[in-house]
Amino acid sequence: MQSFDFVRPSSVAEAVAALGAEDAQPLSGGQTLLPSMKQRLAAPAVLVSLSGIAEMQGLRREGDSLVIGGATTHATVARAARTDFPALAELAGNIGDPAVRNRGTIGGSLANNDPSACYPAAALATGATIVTDRRQIAADDFFQGLFTTALEEGEIVTAVRLPIPQRANYQKFIQPASRFALVGVFVASYAGGVRVAVTGASGDGVFRWTEAEAALSDRFAADAVTGLTVEAEGMIGDLHGTPAYRANLVRVLTGRAVAAAG
Amino acid sequence: MTKVTLTVNGKAVSREVEQRTLLVQLLRDDPASGGLGLTGTHVGCDTSQCGACTVHVDGMAVKSCTMLAVEAEGAAVTTIEGMANADGSLSPLQQAFQDHHGLQCGFCTPGMVMTAAALLAENPTPSESAVRYYLEGNICRCTGYHGIVKAIMAASGQDMPAMAAE
Amino acid sequence: MPKDTSAPATGIGAATKRREDIRFLTGRGRYTDDINLRGQAHAHFLRSDVAHGRIRSIDTAAAEAMPGVIKVFTAADFASAGGLPCGWQVTDRFGQPMQEPKHPILADGKVRHVGDPIACVVAETLDQARDAADAIVVDIEDLPAVIDMKAALAEGAPKVHDELTSNLCYDWGFVEENKAAVEQAFRDAAHVVSLDLVNNRLVANPMEPRVAVGDYDFATDMHTLYTTSQNPHVIRLLMGAFVLGIPEHRLRVVAPDVGGGFGSKIYHYAEEAFCTAAAKALRRPVKWTSTRSEAFISDAHGRDHLTRIELALDADHMFTALRTETYANMGAYLSTFAPCIPTWLHGTLMAGNYRTPLIYVNVKAVFTNTVPVDAYRGAGRPEATFQIERLVDKAARELGADPVELRRKNFITEFPYQTPVAVVYDTGNYHATMDKLLEISDRAGFEARAMESQARGKLRGFGIAHYIEACGIAPSNLVGQLGARAGLYESATVRVNATGGIVVMTGSHSHGQGHETTFAQVVADMIGIDAGQVEIVHGDTANTPMGMGTYGSRSLAVGGSALVKAAGKVIAKAKKIAAHLLEAAEGDIELKDGTFSVAGTDRTVDWGAVCLAAYVPHNYPLADLEPGLEETAFYDPANFTFPSGAYACEVEVDPETGAVEILAFSAADDFGNIVNPMIVEGQVQGGLAQGIGQALMEHCVYDETGQLLTGSYMDYAMPRAEDLPLFRVDHSCITPCTHNPLGVKGCGEAGAIGSPPAVVNAVLDALNRGGHAVSHIDMPLSPARVWAAINA
Repeated sequence: MQSFDFVRPSSVAEAVAALGAEDAQPLSGGQTLLPSMKQRLAAPAVLVSLSGIAEMQGLRREGDSLVIGGATTHATVARAARTDFPALAELAGNIGDPAVRNRGTIGGSLANNDPSACYPAAALATGATIVTDRRQIAADDFFQGLFTTALEEGEIVTAVRLPIPQRANYQKFIQPASRFALVGVFVASYAGGVRVAVTGASGDGVFRWTEAEAALSDRFAADAVTGLTVEAEGMIGDLHGTPAYRANLVRVLTGRAVAAAG
Repeated sequence: MTKVTLTVNGKAVSREVEQRTLLVQLLRDDPASGGLGLTGTHVGCDTSQCGACTVHVDGMAVKSCTMLAVEAEGAAVTTIEGMANADGSLSPLQQAFQDHHGLQCGFCTPGMVMTAAALLAENPTPSESAVRYYLEGNICRCTGYHGIVKAIMAASGQDMPAMAAE
Repeated sequence: MPKDTSAPATGIGAATKRREDIRFLTGRGRYTDDINLRGQAHAHFLRSDVAHGRIRSIDTAAAEAMPGVIKVFTAADFASAGGLPCGWQVTDRFGQPMQEPKHPILADGKVRHVGDPIACVVAETLDQARDAADAIVVDIEDLPAVIDMKAALAEGAPKVHDELTSNLCYDWGFVEENKAAVEQAFRDAAHVVSLDLVNNRLVANPMEPRVAVGDYDFATDMHTLYTTSQNPHVIRLLMGAFVLGIPEHRLRVVAPDVGGGFGSKIYHYAEEAFCTAAAKALRRPVKWTSTRSEAFISDAHGRDHLTRIELALDADHMFTALRTETYANMGAYLSTFAPCIPTWLHGTLMAGNYRTPLIYVNVKAVFTNTVPVDAYRGAGRPEATFQIERLVDKAARELGADPVELRRKNFITEFPYQTPVAVVYDTGNYHATMDKLLEISDRAGFEARAMESQARGKLRGFGIAHYIEACGIAPSNLVGQLGARAGLYESATVRVNATGGIVVMTGSHSHGQGHETTFAQVVADMIGIDAGQVEIVHGDTANTPMGMGTYGSRSLAVGGSALVKAAGKVIAKAKKIAAHLLEAAEGDIELKDGTFSVAGTDRTVDWGAVCLAAYVPHNYPLADLEPGLEETAFYDPANFTFPSGAYACEVEVDPETGAVEILAFSAADDFGNIVNPMIVEGQVQGGLAQGIGQALMEHCVYDETGQLLTGSYMDYAMPRAEDLPLFRVDHSCITPCTHNPLGVKGCGEAGAIGSPPAVVNAVLDALNRGGHAVSHIDMPLSPARVWAAINA
């Protein structure tokens, strides 16, 4: 990788200040950023490590929500969310592999918004609030297409607040090489209705499948989505699956998520 | 250059590294060029997939090719060189790999052993499917994982029903 | 020192644990990248990012001015070097030699595939070399690339090599004289079954990427190359004689611990020649370590055949003729053994296990703007087996025959068997391996298991395949006639030390096969001493006899035979010494458990005393016998060995997603005699994983412009632990090879040869049982492809 300066602040305020430097970029778990830098696809001048910021670590329950610090690793979420939000714990425990889960963080994943990442589906399906150093952003406004979010230059995801659903499940169909989601569907059921978010499938990144939400809000049963069709247009087509195949997976996995959510 | 101080296999070490130095480079590089010369940790890919570089950082399995050396400041790192018994003999896990033909070319082996050790620390009696699941980030191209899975099961003190049928 | 009979057996047949494991398990292996020489500089190659282009100019000035840069090399620096040689010349159907283009160390005039090296920066550190490579300015005129083989052969297609008449390397027919009779047999056939198929392009992907470290000693004019090779002597010969003009006595090639090869480390690569030459030019060691991304665009790829195959049957379902037409991708240049893979390692196997009397094989080898293609685990034989075993299964389905019975009906049962494609199978018992397979796979219980799957909405399938393999390609005088530019013997030196310990120097090379353990077992067994007294040395041209290395499942059959021969010479001499010491006739001396005795008496002398006498020849027949106890042997086999086996795969298909799960995989192999069953099983298990990988996951894909879409582990899928079951492996069916002293056959590639058709047959069985009339799906059978076939 190309050379850079490295700073490891101990507070969000220091991190934000450090990110004011030209071509500065935050480094969270680094599980995506470092490989990109090794391939010279990314070459920040300054890396601001978020790993030393205590206030960005850990999970806490706040009423009906789970608040997770931006620098909390997938492994920690998989362990610590088990009681409060088992579907999220299961999702976290299925990201990458054990070593990746020990470094990768929820804030890093959301900020990166990889179209095949798992966390964006959970955030969108739960109507989560993305908390940054300067504001709070609703998930519906946060994800803005492939690798694109509402974050401004130098803005850090310090925490995520996820309303805990009554019932939820995440179904991930893996891409066999990268082990990312070829398609992943998060179904979350609340008193006010059902939300369904899909990752991996669309050329525009994570999205809500509103037809399924309507059908499931009406009747929360796996066969409620069997008759729905997902348009192949706009779905990703690559060597791992055609748009039509991905569209099929969206429907199948949604049904399975509903069945598993119980 | 930055000075990084950490513990490796129980020994305190301090080195001047470039900020871009990866933990695996610090571990592997020749002492003459500022590394620790611990070449047991291997590099098999550049996308954080293969797991040949797996080490323990503060007790957790980590891909040392996807962690900056400067991020290991103050950490306790264990590599394959630190896994044998104090007298140099094979630990029970390492011995199980030899007993069950859990390696052929040996290149993925250090990472496999480190990952397996992390698994057994978390879950002392994993099922066969739990073992396979935990090895998701470690690729072996020689064994078909057969001997590796058997070795880890054996190291956990478990017999595998399927093994009797062979 | 007689053998301790209470200790665990370490001789032939014992599942001896591997001695090499100790260093690998403790992080003390010594792989090439672990070698750091004093004063070493680092090389980084600037590689082409276009598939085809004319180099207008290369400006290295800015790069040379970068910090730490020692020199930037281009083709101009290698004007006097030869090209990378091809080790096999195929003669085409018309008696003409293949077209053989030049393969420069660094691209000269044109780049011909993504990854073709254009320049190389040597700098103080690797990061500096990489930084400087970014500053090299290359002006390339893009040329249209040819990627598709059939398009490459079309009239007016862009030529990969301007100096050749076309992109056709050769058009090979085998056996050309049979062609008319084969065509007549098809006209006379009661049934004809045909299949168009793809043997998917693969990347070998040993977990250790390639590395080369060049060194040069001015004081002695001695070159040393440390390299990740399966055959250091071959590299020394090819690189010394054909590329750099270094006589072999001035060149040492060392292949230390090598982290897997699977064929991809047989070949002589540009980076090896570069580091060797650069070390002399710069007067300091030069090291290059491939990244995985670089490996995908510089290691030779495997397979990549397009085939149409047809089978003629009579009314009784006996096979009467077989014909195939195959397009084989060579890539942009001829890798070391590329031309022989689709011809002599493929066409000669087209009889399979069957008594098909007439066979005609046509192969068109094609240049394209892709990475060179060469042998990968199995090399030609998986392609042959896949065609035959898919087609026989298709025939069974079309004819309403049981796939096992159709195979059995046509099995070769008498040996030796002369096939219509030149080779003679010495032994085999295909009914026995099939019987064993049906037993260990519990085919009888399959229907009940299928019902259980059906109840869960899943489709269960059972697929079988039988394979024949040819290992240890030989003899040298024959392969010479077929176009080989090398011999295919193997060598061994058995050096007995004065106190009885033994060092064996073998020309074979172990990169996972466990020779240090098994070769010691063989020698120890012959003498009757503990294997711990035998040390195996390999991988260094400075201390091993000229040998051809390890590939093609040849090490035990050929290298082991050389070992037996050399040890036999040692024992013969030792018996003479023992006869002298015991004052008996040489013919009366017997050797058992490390003790020489005079037949019918209680007079004995042990192994150690004889060895000591050989080196301290005080009481010794000096007039008749030289002192010392060391012998070298070269063994050139009379024939290939022909392992065979029956494989069964049981799968479950999720019809909603197309996902295939391998529930069970059974292998019943006949490898002849077994030296170490643990290692044999490991070889099969590893081969199965790679074959299953080919069938379900692995695929090297280029887009139409020649960009590699599967250039990393993010897109090139290989089996993980979760993707595979525990394997059921049996090797109790034994028909010993008739022409080597151990009666052994190769076992390293079998798993990768027999498994792909078994997997595909199983998936198709599942789909057809589930009411989906699908006759074929091309590998890899990804969920998307299976789902598309179901929904076609």
